[in-house]
Amino acid sequence: MGAGIIIFISIAYVAFLFLIAYLAEKRGKQGRSLVNNSVIYALSLAVYCTAWTYYGSVGRAVTSGMGFLPIYIGPVIIAPLWWILLKKIIFISKSQRITSIADFISSRYGKSTWLGIIATLIAVFGIIPYISIQLKAISTSFDLLVTDHTPLYRHSEIPFYLDSALYIAIALAVFTILFGTRNLDPNERHEGLVAAIAFESVLKLIAFLTVGLFVTYWLYDGFADLFGKGMSTPGLSRLFSLEEAGINGWEWFWLSFLSMSAVMLLPRQFHVSVVENTNPNHVGKASWLFPLYLLLINIFVLPIAIAGIDQFPGGAYEPDSFVLSLPLSQGKDILALFVGLGGFSAATSMVIVAVIALSIMIGNNLVLPLVLRTQTFKGAQYSNMSNRLLGIRRISIVVVLLLAYGYFKAVGEQYSLVSVGLISFTAIAQFAPVVLGGIFWKRATKAGALCGMLAGFGVWAYTLPLPTMVETGVIPIHFMENGPFGIGWLKPYALFGLDGTSHISQAAFWSLLFNCGIYFFVSLYTSQSPLEISQADLFVDIYKYRKGSTDYDVMRRQAKVQDIRILLNRFLGEPRGNLLLNAYENNQRIDLSRQQVAGPDLINYAETHLAGAIGAASAKIIIGSITKEEPISLEEMFKVLEQTKEIIQYSKALEKKSAELERTTMQLKEANEQLKELDRLKANFITTVTHELRTPITSIKALSRIMQETSGLPEEQKQEFLAIVVSESERLTRLINQVLDLEKIQSNQEDWTLQPIDFAEVTSLAYSGLKQLMNDRQISHSLSIRAQPLIVLGHNDRLTQVVVNLISNAIKFCKVEEGVINIRLQKTGDTAVLEVEDNGKGIPVKDQKIIFEKFTQLNDEARGKPKGSGLGLFITHSIIQKHSGNIHVESGPENGATFIVELPLLEEAGGLAE
Amino acid sequence: MTDKTNTKVLLVDDEPNILIALEFLVKKEGYQAFKAENGEQALKAMASHQPHIVLLDVMMPEMDGFEVARTIRSNPEYDNTRIIFLTAKGTQEDRFKGYATGGEVYITKPFDNDELINTINEVVEFG
Repeated sequence: MGAGIIIFISIAYVAFLFLIAYLAEKRGKQGRSLVNNSVIYALSLAVYCTAWTYYGSVGRAVTSGMGFLPIYIGPVIIAPLWWILLKKIIFISKSQRITSIADFISSRYGKSTWLGIIATLIAVFGIIPYISIQLKAISTSFDLLVTDHTPLYRHSEIPFYLDSALYIAIALAVFTILFGTRNLDPNERHEGLVAAIAFESVLKLIAFLTVGLFVTYWLYDGFADLFGKGMSTPGLSRLFSLEEAGINGWEWFWLSFLSMSAVMLLPRQFHVSVVENTNPNHVGKASWLFPLYLLLINIFVLPIAIAGIDQFPGGAYEPDSFVLSLPLSQGKDILALFVGLGGFSAATSMVIVAVIALSIMIGNNLVLPLVLRTQTFKGAQYSNMSNRLLGIRRISIVVVLLLAYGYFKAVGEQYSLVSVGLISFTAIAQFAPVVLGGIFWKRATKAGALCGMLAGFGVWAYTLPLPTMVETGVIPIHFMENGPFGIGWLKPYALFGLDGTSHISQAAFWSLLFNCGIYFFVSLYTSQSPLEISQADLFVDIYKYRKGSTDYDVMRRQAKVQDIRILLNRFLGEPRGNLLLNAYENNQRIDLSRQQVAGPDLINYAETHLAGAIGAASAKIIIGSITKEEPISLEEMFKVLEQTKEIIQYSKALEKKSAELERTTMQLKEANEQLKELDRLKANFITTVTHELRTPITSIKALSRIMQETSGLPEEQKQEFLAIVVSESERLTRLINQVLDLEKIQSNQEDWTLQPIDFAEVTSLAYSGLKQLMNDRQISHSLSIRAQPLIVLGHNDRLTQVVVNLISNAIKFCKVEEGVINIRLQKTGDTAVLEVEDNGKGIPVKDQKIIFEKFTQLNDEARGKPKGSGLGLFITHSIIQKHSGNIHVESGPENGATFIVELPLLEEAGGLAE
Repeated sequence: MTDKTNTKVLLVDDEPNILIALEFLVKKEGYQAFKAENGEQALKAMASHQPHIVLLDVMMPEMDGFEVARTIRSNPEYDNTRIIFLTAKGTQEDRFKGYATGGEVYITKPFDNDELINTINEVVEFG
């Protein structure tokens, strides 16, 4: 086949890709996005399947049978977990406007410039071998299509200007530049690119299935025929045995693990699955569509491998090119061309996406931060940065592809596609600890991530790329055989004596062991800066922040609105810069033109949008150059804590308040109960008083009526009845007076001005007043005053009433003729003590307190009550209380009672009197 | 019409003045009257005089009217004795308590003389 035709078809194909990209972007701008759908998303993830899969799987199967499978088993195993892992990463990346895997790592650990640089370098050095095998695949298939056989020359032996691989690399660089750097998207989203990639995924799958069907059903009679041939051919049956192929659990584990991390963390995978993601929900469907794709593209690997071995027993073709050489050898040129196109699409899709992803990293996380660090820019000096950035990316695309070509020329040619690809996988796996730890472990520090990645990368470089240079003669052979300086345990392929395992798995084991261990322990023993803490929070608790406000202000920053406007215009171009600020104004309902100073909110807004274009670390530096920035210091942390404490205290105060309220409620309840009780007592009182009123009225009424209605009533009887009426009327009057008295005392209506009076005098006066009554009843009585004067602060009339009440009570309880009443007054300490003793019925112990309580004694019918009052003792008690004194009764049943009154003496007055 | 002179009325009240009035009224109507100043005396008078009617005050010291009534009712000998309560407590509750303990009628103090006598007459006549 003529080289011209092949080149023409290739260019036509690429032109078609551009058309797809153009249409997709156009539709995207119209709001009818082609790529916003989970099938396209899943197909774009299939950029995972490169020339390695397309050509290399068969090559791998030829040497190790099932050994090609772990690379696809890993992704299939991890895909169900995407729902958790990938979705979280997507959410984080959208909220932080992450532009690449290096940006992700840098951003998580405090937007660290150095971490971004290291991650970028690891990615670039890790991926270059991988890109080189794409170059190799394209150039090999090109040669094969042109010459119909494996080229007789080696690329390393011909001058570079005659090497097709170089021109392929240059052509790919041009494609990539055209695809990826036409303009600077603030979100690093390229809808056209994604559409083209998805198309390529479909094409390569169809092409591979076509050649598979051709081999299986045209050349042979189906799977049974092929596998039967395989089993019967000596040396082929080993393909079906895992042990024979040197594949054991250890190898499968490491290969699966590497591919698991690769499918998520390879720069191009991260780019399509995270950065280009339009809707996090697409992950769900993709997590089964993508494994399905992997299954389909692997169905015919083993049949093609068997057919190749069967068809070319002499090794006329490299196993890596069986896919192409089988149709070619059958003279099916058109089919071969189509298959070649499939391989071309597999390779170009990988190269384009990988190199774009790398160029973003190099620009945002390597070159720009270094430029910004070394030059002291001021806000106004960033002239036309957006073009400069594109320039940096274009240059890095060319550089990466040339480096890949260089690697291919120096090293890659001697190795199979798969073994070179795995070197890249192992390098990329160094991201796994810091990414996983970054989204689940808040305590992980920048220092830990930096040390861990460097250690892992160091071990990787020592155990994988280094030996390949030995084998190509760059480094002396004894280095490999005896170890550096003859130290055996430092042999790259048997590090620390770990021998007998494949180079890849031992390198993966040691590099990840060092990486994880150092990452973990350094994190434990280092502390985080405030920015690291806040970023760690935002990453680990992304769902929390997504729900609420995402403003998490660790920086109290200020900048001029004008500076921000200039920055956005310089880096994003004037139209987009204005658009963003207008959107902000509309969102916040403010007019920026009236504002001089931008608050933290606007600064954060500008920074995230800048980060979308130039990476988090660069955005931080640039924003930093125009802001007066006060990172939260320890004191401010304390202030925040203080505020938290205040809130806690406030809530405690609230708690206290509510407890108080509860207590008040209780008190109110109690008061209410008391009121109810009082009410009950009052009702009781009224009933009792009513009864006491009704009794005399009954006699009065009945007898008066008798006198009124009975004519001829004897005068004697008339006189008797009249006497009763008079007596009962007096009783009524007394009762009414007492009730009024009580009311007066209780309601404090009376003037209670207390003045010094002689209690001895009061007592003897009251006693004299009642002497006659006692004499009438033939009650023997005595008064002994043992100290005089006894000055108390008191109310003369009321105290007199007390003494009169007590003596009257005694008289009532005493039987006529037998009664004895003794009254004693003395001074005990600073108290005047009055005792009124009688020999009446006495008061039972249980009643001795009750008798002083309101109404109770009135109710007590069981106690031989004196007629009439009953309110007397309560009134007495009330008066004594008003004088700060005490009254109680001492009595045994049938032994009479002694009422004892204690009143405090007025010292000074007493002193004066003496 | 029953022979009033053969009809014995026991008057129980702790207020002597009320007893005086009651005695006068009952005797004037023609009944035989006996007096008791408390529950104890009332029960003694029950035994000695076998009265047909008991005019019983409720609020009394030591033993109140309800208790006296219960004691009377618990003795089958006094099945024919009618009890009329006299009380200064005129609440509904007390009224029911009075009926429950075997009182026929409930008269509130201060009473109307004619009403009292009419009531006694009715009780004597209709049992």
